[in-house]
Amino acid sequence: MDKLIILEARDIVKNFPGVRALDRIQLQLQKGEVHALVGENGAGKSTLMHILGGVYKPDSGDVFIEGKKVKLQNPYHASQEGISVVYQELSLVQNLSIAENIFANRQPLKRMKLVDWNLLYQKTSEVLKYFNLEIDPRTPVKELSVAEQQVVEILKAISYNPKVLILDEPTSSLTQIETKLLFKNIKLLKEKGVSFVYISHHLQEIFEIADRVTIFRDGKYIDTRNISEVNEEQVVKLMVGREIQNMYGDRNSKIGEEYFQVENLSQDGVFTEVSFSLKRGEILGVAGLVGAGRTELARAIFGLEPFSEGSIRLNGKVLSIHSPGDAIQEGIAYLTEDRKQQGLFLKMSYRENLIAPDMKRFIKGMNILDESKITSFAEQSQKQFKIITPTIFQKVRNLSGGNQQKVLLSMWVGINPKVLIVDEPTRGVDVGARREIYKIMRDLTLSGVGIVMISSDLPEVLGVSDRILVMRGGRIVGEFNQNEATEERVITCATGVGKVNILT
Amino acid sequence: MSQREQTKNHRNLWRSLTEIHEFMILFIIIGAVILMTILSPIFFTSGNILATLLSLAIESIIAIGMTVLMVSGGFDMSVGSTVGFTGAMAAMLMVRGTPVILAIMVGIGLGVLIGMGNGLIISKIGINPFITTLGMLNLVRGLLLVITKGKNITGLPDSFKILGQGKFFNVQYPILIAIILVIIGDFLLRKSQFFRQNYYIGGNERAALLSGINVSKMKVFNYALVGGLAAFAGIIMTARLGAASVSAGTGLELRVISAVIIGGASLQGGEGTVAGAFLGTLLMALIQNSLTLLGVDVYWNTFVIGTTLLVAVMIDTLSKKRKGLL
Repeated sequence: MDKLIILEARDIVKNFPGVRALDRIQLQLQKGEVHALVGENGAGKSTLMHILGGVYKPDSGDVFIEGKKVKLQNPYHASQEGISVVYQELSLVQNLSIAENIFANRQPLKRMKLVDWNLLYQKTSEVLKYFNLEIDPRTPVKELSVAEQQVVEILKAISYNPKVLILDEPTSSLTQIETKLLFKNIKLLKEKGVSFVYISHHLQEIFEIADRVTIFRDGKYIDTRNISEVNEEQVVKLMVGREIQNMYGDRNSKIGEEYFQVENLSQDGVFTEVSFSLKRGEILGVAGLVGAGRTELARAIFGLEPFSEGSIRLNGKVLSIHSPGDAIQEGIAYLTEDRKQQGLFLKMSYRENLIAPDMKRFIKGMNILDESKITSFAEQSQKQFKIITPTIFQKVRNLSGGNQQKVLLSMWVGINPKVLIVDEPTRGVDVGARREIYKIMRDLTLSGVGIVMISSDLPEVLGVSDRILVMRGGRIVGEFNQNEATEERVITCATGVGKVNILT
Repeated sequence: MSQREQTKNHRNLWRSLTEIHEFMILFIIIGAVILMTILSPIFFTSGNILATLLSLAIESIIAIGMTVLMVSGGFDMSVGSTVGFTGAMAAMLMVRGTPVILAIMVGIGLGVLIGMGNGLIISKIGINPFITTLGMLNLVRGLLLVITKGKNITGLPDSFKILGQGKFFNVQYPILIAIILVIIGDFLLRKSQFFRQNYYIGGNERAALLSGINVSKMKVFNYALVGGLAAFAGIIMTARLGAASVSAGTGLELRVISAVIIGGASLQGGEGTVAGAFLGTLLMALIQNSLTLLGVDVYWNTFVIGTTLLVAVMIDTLSKKRKGLL
């Protein structure tokens, strides 16, 4: 155990107005290890990462790099000291090329301080090979998929030749294949002596890649364990402080008749002849890789994009939906996968967010909003969805990720939908809040609402769904009943590798 | 309740009042009024107060629409030209014998059309509001010069001039019109479901779209509203002056936008109130009036307006940063 400690955080305290985000936190990182950092949302992982990255300054406590005490002044200083951070939010310049993003401010120069473009592109091609990416380094970042952008972000961090690389949820928008490549590269860099702090909600990943794990809870240090000496349940228990049983809840035993049908829906070049039906009280999982056309399908049903062919029927009636407003009128609700950019009004209060999809319901004549009706609705909704906020007037951006997701869910359950489409309902959400979200969905199915759940989280798809559709390349390529679906079968079907039994 | 809790509550009330942007400006205005009353014997006379209010009537009418627009994340540079154009068009019609009411309606209609043009280009084609309305600024002013051949229009009927020059208990009509419109505008933007949608659009346009708000319809409406109000303001201005000048309203857009920003709106959208914007125009008019009364060279006016805008925005930004909101 007497390995060199490359990075140490000792007794770090950080206060924000009204909260102690970090309370005498510890973290010891050994040279050449992958050290997982886990905890629920609000446990203090991101705050610590921002301190190690030089973004925040601690109120007290010290950071040591190779035994030497350092006071990190800013992100540039941290990278000079050998700490590189990949944040969850992408920070790329969309209009600039891959090469200029990776080597931002460090472009190779020739005479007269002019940029040596040839050398720049050559160096970029070399790093792109780490991820088997055959893309022209001159491609503007805005033309890349989110997954590719995430890879560019990681390559940018690697290109600094850091001693310590901190990764915050690096796989949140990666497909399985890219995740595998990321792990391969982490292992390669590890052999070269690079150390990693790896933050993730996906415990499976942690058990695959990490050597040790440190657990935070409510801003406090709980424990550090060797990965080989713990199992998933033990880690969850340490994170949550209690045991989580029956994570996904009990399936609705009273699934009714088919009432919502999508027939031969096509959108040129995006998805083709998609047909499926939904039963009352059923949760229909939609699995598939990123880019399989699942989100686009949901957006088309919700009236955000036109579809070229096909029809949508609810209770036997063909719907004519040309805008989200039409869809809402018909009782279709859609929870976007991108809650911060597209789902929530972060600068507005919980109360104001809640009524956004259905403001007209709160009018008391003459188009004037009934403020007291809104307030009592918001207070009742806050209780029902267990949203942790000091008041309903709190701005949504001050809430934790799990609470924000519950806000989004309460907005849409609030319109009393007949059909609920959820897209990645628990992305970036911790175990505790996740369980509550499943509970809310289950309760809704008991009242006869059918739910279409798009998810890239396989354990979630398998654990929650009554039936599973698999999409690949814009088509539905498989359907499984809950009792016949296994992780392997769904992956095989989603990637198109090997043969599977397909129900039709 | 213990005494300590009571003082704490008082302090909280005070703090929450100062956190409301409008109150901050109101305090500054009250402070300036008290100071000027001491410094200048003419300041607190009804004549001076009415003259100051009259000078801001035109701006505050346009500021109502501009606030609604800026709350939704929009922006209009063309209002000054619209003021000049519509005032002159209404005047030309009247000189040629068109009934006063009809001429006013046509003038306002033209302003609405200019605004709809802006709104359609911005929301349907997707051109940035600054560039669109900058183009419209020149287009409309140019059209005005072409139609009038650069000549001012005089000889307006008295029944029209009364709109700008008439008085009710010694208060000029433009002041009354502006105050009534500000009260209505503030009420609607605060309370009505239709206008509240603008806060959602300005707060997060994509989320507003997903929430079923008809974003492009709202945008076109907002630009049409600003255009219509600018036209109405231009017509009142023409009535007040008794003539339409081809340079009327030049540079007005920047004064209106400055006032709305001083009043608490931001270019990002999602915040601002009509009452705040009115206080912003009031503060600017007050400063100008004070400088005149104190005998400061008029050439300082523009400098002081610029300084006021920068200081107001800096105070606001710094206080948000301190509260960790930025």
